[in-house]
Amino acid sequence: MFADLAQMVAYIQDNQDTFLELLTEHVQLTAVSVVIGLLIALPLAVVASRIELLAKPLTWLAAIGQTIPSIAILGLMLPFLGTGFMPALFALTIRAVLPIFLNGYVGIRSTDRAIVDAARGMGASDAQLLLMVELPLASPVLFAGIKTATVQNIGLATLAAFIGGGGLGDLILQGLGMVDPPVLLAGAVPVALLAMAAEVGLGRLQRVVVPAGLQIGTR
Amino acid sequence: MRYIIDHPERMLELTQEHVRLVAISIVVAMVIGIPLGILITRLRWLEDSLIGITGVLYTVPSLALFAILMPYTGLGRTTVIVALVLYSLLAIVRNTVAGIDDVPAATLDAARGMGMTGSQRLLLVELPLALPVVLAGVRVATVAAVGIATVGALLGAGGLGRLIFDGISRGNTDRIVAGALGASVLALAADWTLARLGDVLRRDVRLNAR
Repeated sequence: MFADLAQMVAYIQDNQDTFLELLTEHVQLTAVSVVIGLLIALPLAVVASRIELLAKPLTWLAAIGQTIPSIAILGLMLPFLGTGFMPALFALTIRAVLPIFLNGYVGIRSTDRAIVDAARGMGASDAQLLLMVELPLASPVLFAGIKTATVQNIGLATLAAFIGGGGLGDLILQGLGMVDPPVLLAGAVPVALLAMAAEVGLGRLQRVVVPAGLQIGTR
Repeated sequence: MRYIIDHPERMLELTQEHVRLVAISIVVAMVIGIPLGILITRLRWLEDSLIGITGVLYTVPSLALFAILMPYTGLGRTTVIVALVLYSLLAIVRNTVAGIDDVPAATLDAARGMGMTGSQRLLLVELPLALPVVLAGVRVATVAAVGIATVGALLGAGGLGRLIFDGISRGNTDRIVAGALGASVLALAADWTLARLGDVLRRDVRLNAR
């Protein structure tokens, strides 16, 4: 095992430029898809929390969407968008919307009604209620959704290699094709570390972003 | 859709392969995970490290975990099953701990007052009361495993993922849709079945508690 790891490190050193390029692609795929996903999901969550009629079908759709295998979503981009970075990004964005929307909606809906009433009583407008009361209170749950989407999309970006989307999955596919463990590991180990780093890093960030009064009980 | 209508036997065969893969993994994960959960409730200092390890394992992307395991477990079902077991541990261990922790102290005191030994309390009181929560963990793990298992087809583990990968390499959308739809329906069916089973168990626990 350690021999394989040593060979892996040697392979990465020998192919530094390619490796860095793939790593950059991987991070771009993940970061861009999560940011666009957030921009789509958050307004949707707000709309769903305001319009009761839409809430049920939207949450239902998101829950069912979660059961469609990621590799299939990537595959289904092929006939419409072809291969490459953009189709992969599109598929990843769809996947990022689901957990962020669900968590955002649940977060806003679970705001204590008494607090909302109090805000109303103080004369808060709709916008103030949303921006100063509901969203801050929903932020721990919303942030958990963003974390889920990020870690999940780091994994998904590995599969992007199947439709020519690049990323570290390229090395895994190459390693699988040639049954070459060092190449396989050169893709797999950095991806695994990246996912763990995102989990830990976003956990830290949560402590900075989420209002201090809501930190109790979060790790 | 046409593929499903034209090849019902093939669909059935791949679905069976898929179910077998997931079922074996979940059963193995329960056999390992439930005792681990019980152990944590007895030896509290293990909690952070064990839950931490299963949590870290859960963040490793599926294709990466397959790739890391493959040099040691080879191409084929073993690698996929080992990976699925590792992924399922988090939900099962965490829920076993939560389920046992949720047992009311008064109930445990009563059991002790009736002269039950430690193992009797565990088997006759704690585990039956924790069962619905444990099952909720099994449900989460199963739904996730159905999805992850599709990627396992890449390593020759079979299942509905084969249709998806075939479709991608041949540019055949019909096959991709057939595989995706099959896996999606399977996940929803597993979710629904385990949810109903959970309802039944909960009702059962409540009736017996009276």
